[in-house]
Amino acid sequence: MIAAIRSEALKLTTTRMWWVLALVLLGYVGFIAALLAGLFGALGDQLAAQPDAPQLPPESLPPIIYSTATSIGYVFPLILGTIAVTSEVRYQTLTPTFLAQPGRGRVLTAKLIVLAVAGAVLGLIGLVASMGLGAPILAATGNDPAIDQSETWLLAGRILIAMALWAVIGVGIGSLIQNQIAAIVVVLAFTQFVEPILRFGTSIWEWTATVGKFLPGAASDALVGSSIFTSLGMGTTQVQALEWWQGGLVLFGLAVVVSVLGYLTAWRRDIT
Amino acid sequence: MTGTTIEFRSVSKHFGAVKAVDDLSFTVQPGVVTGFLGPNGAGKTTSLRMLLGLVRPTSGSATFGGAPYHRLEHPLATVGTALEASSFSPGRSARNHLRVYAAAAGIPRARVQRVLELTGIAEVADRRVGGYSLGMRQRLGLAFALLGDPEVLVLDEPINGLDPEGIRWIRTLLQQLAQEGRTVLVSSHLLSEVQQSVDRVVIISHGRIVHEGSLDDLEGGTAVLVDSPDRVGLIAALAAAGYAATRTDAGLCVTGATAAQLGALALDARVPLSLLRPDRAGLEDVFLELVGTGEGVQA
Repeated sequence: MIAAIRSEALKLTTTRMWWVLALVLLGYVGFIAALLAGLFGALGDQLAAQPDAPQLPPESLPPIIYSTATSIGYVFPLILGTIAVTSEVRYQTLTPTFLAQPGRGRVLTAKLIVLAVAGAVLGLIGLVASMGLGAPILAATGNDPAIDQSETWLLAGRILIAMALWAVIGVGIGSLIQNQIAAIVVVLAFTQFVEPILRFGTSIWEWTATVGKFLPGAASDALVGSSIFTSLGMGTTQVQALEWWQGGLVLFGLAVVVSVLGYLTAWRRDIT
Repeated sequence: MTGTTIEFRSVSKHFGAVKAVDDLSFTVQPGVVTGFLGPNGAGKTTSLRMLLGLVRPTSGSATFGGAPYHRLEHPLATVGTALEASSFSPGRSARNHLRVYAAAAGIPRARVQRVLELTGIAEVADRRVGGYSLGMRQRLGLAFALLGDPEVLVLDEPINGLDPEGIRWIRTLLQQLAQEGRTVLVSSHLLSEVQQSVDRVVIISHGRIVHEGSLDDLEGGTAVLVDSPDRVGLIAALAAAGYAATRTDAGLCVTGATAAQLGALALDARVPLSLLRPDRAGLEDVFLELVGTGEGVQA
């Protein structure tokens, strides 16, 4: 098992994919976090003076800004996990992989473990961007960056867990949809388009909101405990979001289901 | 080197109604190079992939010294495999490609450098494989096969895409590996490609074996070209011995006899010979006839 994990870790670190994704994540999350911190940090007084504007209590600012690492960045570990499988199908490297390690379940397990770690590393990079830029900007605009509070660091820990789970889900999706381009299109379309619409749509009525809170993105935000999406505009109904551990279980359950389905399809079929 | 035998026992693979491989049984012995021949689509690659546990047979079993591939304790150290020349991630260097699988099989890193040198790609090993020529990819595929210093080598079309110097190199290498007591199975769709380097052949067509044995067995049925300044005398002697001879541009083409038999015949008849050689083109003809398009060639 150790050998299989070492092999999968080498696979991930010997192409440019992971650090290209890490760089884009760093830039994207950093930009959004800096923008939000600057906007709400500087304009907080003026927003409070306008009863129509969305009201954000000052103590909710740090978690909203720091959690952009997942609320914006969760698509990156998801794509990394997806490509980790689809590139093997695309370049037919499953052949040498299964020749070196005929235990296919072991190969999949090793890949899931390595991608979980890689997802957490992406989470760390996301936090460097969101906290590294968000905290000084909050401080500079006269807000409390809450860096010294344990609640902030618990949030950071839950962000690492969420990012690890998203990478694992990506491995399952890549196994189910083996065409690399199709898989990436589905992942991007669902996370960037379909799910935001579903989350917004289901948040309008009580009965749909009780279903909508189980959507993966919503569960992820619940696990982390804060998100720019749940804090702004949405949540107009009385339905409570899931508890953080419930959100974690939904994501974990999804990861297990797609991985098992992936094993039954991609990992067991004939390699021709 | 103790020697590991490859054994196919009634292996079949059906894709729906299509019998890609149909009741294939043969044995590959250590110490010799065995050619696995047949036209494209005859079922060679499917057979090899079943042998390697990549494709599940519909029925039957293929084993290495009695054990199926997935039961081998150290697969890469037992069997070295080169399938197509395309199983590489183009963004990874050759060295890292080999390191990935060396890690999975618990093979020390020093061995990676060794096989890179052995296959002559050590100097380009840190370049990304995406920029490699077909010949360099073939060499990398072979480096992967040799990674575990295996007792058995299974190579699918290894000569494809190699330049003449590369072809000569691989022929020498295969002979050398066999002489060390290893079991070497090499597939090809061209008899002429492996004719000079194989000791035994297994020929399949439409998923079934049509010939198994030495190349000489195959030549037994082929033609010999023979000629003499006294052509009339030669024809008479051939006719007396019951051999049919046809006139060709190159000389008289005789079937059903070996060159040795015809030489002895001419000596007895006191007819001087100006030409005596097996017709190599005839060997290719026999091969093509065996694997030919006809459905009834399942001898």
